[in-house]
Amino acid sequence: MIDWFPLWLSLRVAAVATFFVLTAGTFVAYLLSHKTFRGKSLVDSLITLPLVLPPTVLGYYLLVLVGRHSPLGHLYEGVFGQPLVFTWQAAVVAAFLHSAPIYIKAGKAVLETVDRRYEWAAHSLGASEWRTFWRITLPLAWRGLSSLASLSFARSLGDFGVTIMVAGNIPGETQTLSVAIFDAVESGNGRLARVLVIVISAAALALLWAAGYLSRPARAQSAG
Amino acid sequence: MRIDARLIKRLPPSGGSDAFELNVHLKSDAGVTVLLGPSGAGKTLTLNCLGGFATPDEGRILINDELYFDAPAKLHLPPQQRRCGYIFQDHALFPHMTVRENLRFAANAGRGNSGLNRHRRIADLLEAFELGELAGRKPAQLSGGQKQRAALARMLVNDPRLLLLDEPTRGLDGRLRQAFYELLRKLRERSQAPMVLVTHDLEECMELAGHVCLMDAGRFTQCGPRERVFARPANIEVARALGIYNILPASIDALDPGRDLSRLGVLGRPWEVPYLPGRLIGDQGYVCVRQAETRVVAHDAPPSVNQLLLRVESATQSLRGMRIQFEHAVVAEISEAEYAACRGAERLMVEVPAAAIYFVGK
Repeated sequence: MIDWFPLWLSLRVAAVATFFVLTAGTFVAYLLSHKTFRGKSLVDSLITLPLVLPPTVLGYYLLVLVGRHSPLGHLYEGVFGQPLVFTWQAAVVAAFLHSAPIYIKAGKAVLETVDRRYEWAAHSLGASEWRTFWRITLPLAWRGLSSLASLSFARSLGDFGVTIMVAGNIPGETQTLSVAIFDAVESGNGRLARVLVIVISAAALALLWAAGYLSRPARAQSAG
Repeated sequence: MRIDARLIKRLPPSGGSDAFELNVHLKSDAGVTVLLGPSGAGKTLTLNCLGGFATPDEGRILINDELYFDAPAKLHLPPQQRRCGYIFQDHALFPHMTVRENLRFAANAGRGNSGLNRHRRIADLLEAFELGELAGRKPAQLSGGQKQRAALARMLVNDPRLLLLDEPTRGLDGRLRQAFYELLRKLRERSQAPMVLVTHDLEECMELAGHVCLMDAGRFTQCGPRERVFARPANIEVARALGIYNILPASIDALDPGRDLSRLGVLGRPWEVPYLPGRLIGDQGYVCVRQAETRVVAHDAPPSVNQLLLRVESATQSLRGMRIQFEHAVVAEISEAEYAACRGAERLMVEVPAAAIYFVGK
């Protein structure tokens, strides 16, 4: 009998992580694509950092940052009544770190492709920046961003290193799909490993197809 | 002054382009001010400074006695508060909205309009610009001329105080251009706001401008009422840039204020023009004569005053007849009938009326 809990947990973790990536990530991508501010290149580098650091290093930072003895960890425990580390919520943080950098970098590029003149036209008509963002920039960038969100979801499914550092490997609690596969191989359960590998591959393929579908060139729209 | 803008903006070199400095003082009381110049002259940058999309390094902008920008006081009104109607190149209609939604977006963005007023205003503008049937279409389903009408209507929704138009007729053929000039006259019934229009098209400038600013390399080479700029180019560079003149080197041979006469030597021939005040005998310069006022006459006698016998280099069909290109880059336009009479001649006599001759010093 195969335990499907890891699959269910992974989907839940990826969904929540993608929600945060879409909101916070789009906000940061907008700042990076539309604003000039001091230290912008530093912020840009910091966002890229998770892509190049070993997952264990990231996990270590997270443990230090939100562990039970850190101020942030205390704050979280005070608000939610339980520690963050070694819970499924920690797996969300790990998945977020795994997918947000790519989303932000690609999202910045997507937002930059929106012709600036549309935003200028909106401003000259008296529309606030907030209104322009919701009514002009976001609708024009939506296809690209939703394609990226689909990729983010796929990437969130696949995190291993950071997850195992901060969420651990507690079956039925924090054992995500990729951790479960590692576990199955370690314990010589080849059949389980094979099934889970096929499941996660199929899910990733489906999501990639969805991303490609969303980012296909829209019906020809001229510059207006 | 309705427009008084002192603008200095420096752009560092980027990519393949050199550093650029915009340094202009735009003062105009006219209804339509045209910025005329080649691409890269800084016309659009000037417009963007006025609209609030670019921040000058120095200077100040006063529109209808209202301060939009003042560098010393660090005042920079954001575009939302300037109420400038801006027509961008290619119009920038929002592609994901229908024409009506484009206008509604503008109406909702403007302040102090009640719902009913907005609705009435949109309906009124859709009708005025013959967009009623097209209101449900997206910009991609509109022709060039229709897009233009929609962009003008959208611009007028919020009663702008300054109108900025960036090459509005680029990519339109002659018929649509004429239709656009007609639209602008119509627009005047609804908005008296001063207009600044950017173009590199001389005909368009002649058609629309009240006040002209000739631009090159970030500077104004000459500014003034249209008639004066075109009749009296400030220097030989301006005359050349306008491209409507025959320009020949000349020297002043004699000056006679008593008879209101000056004699010039042009290609070794004597030309006579009214007295040129403030010049000296022996001054070197150029005579500028509008191509349109250069005539071809029969040459049964040797050339007399204000005439030149010039070798024909080519003749091509033009809008008004035939365009004859002579040596020394002289151009004249004659009717087909006139051309038939002198066809095949190696040299033709060219004559200019004394009043059309304009002397520019070196």
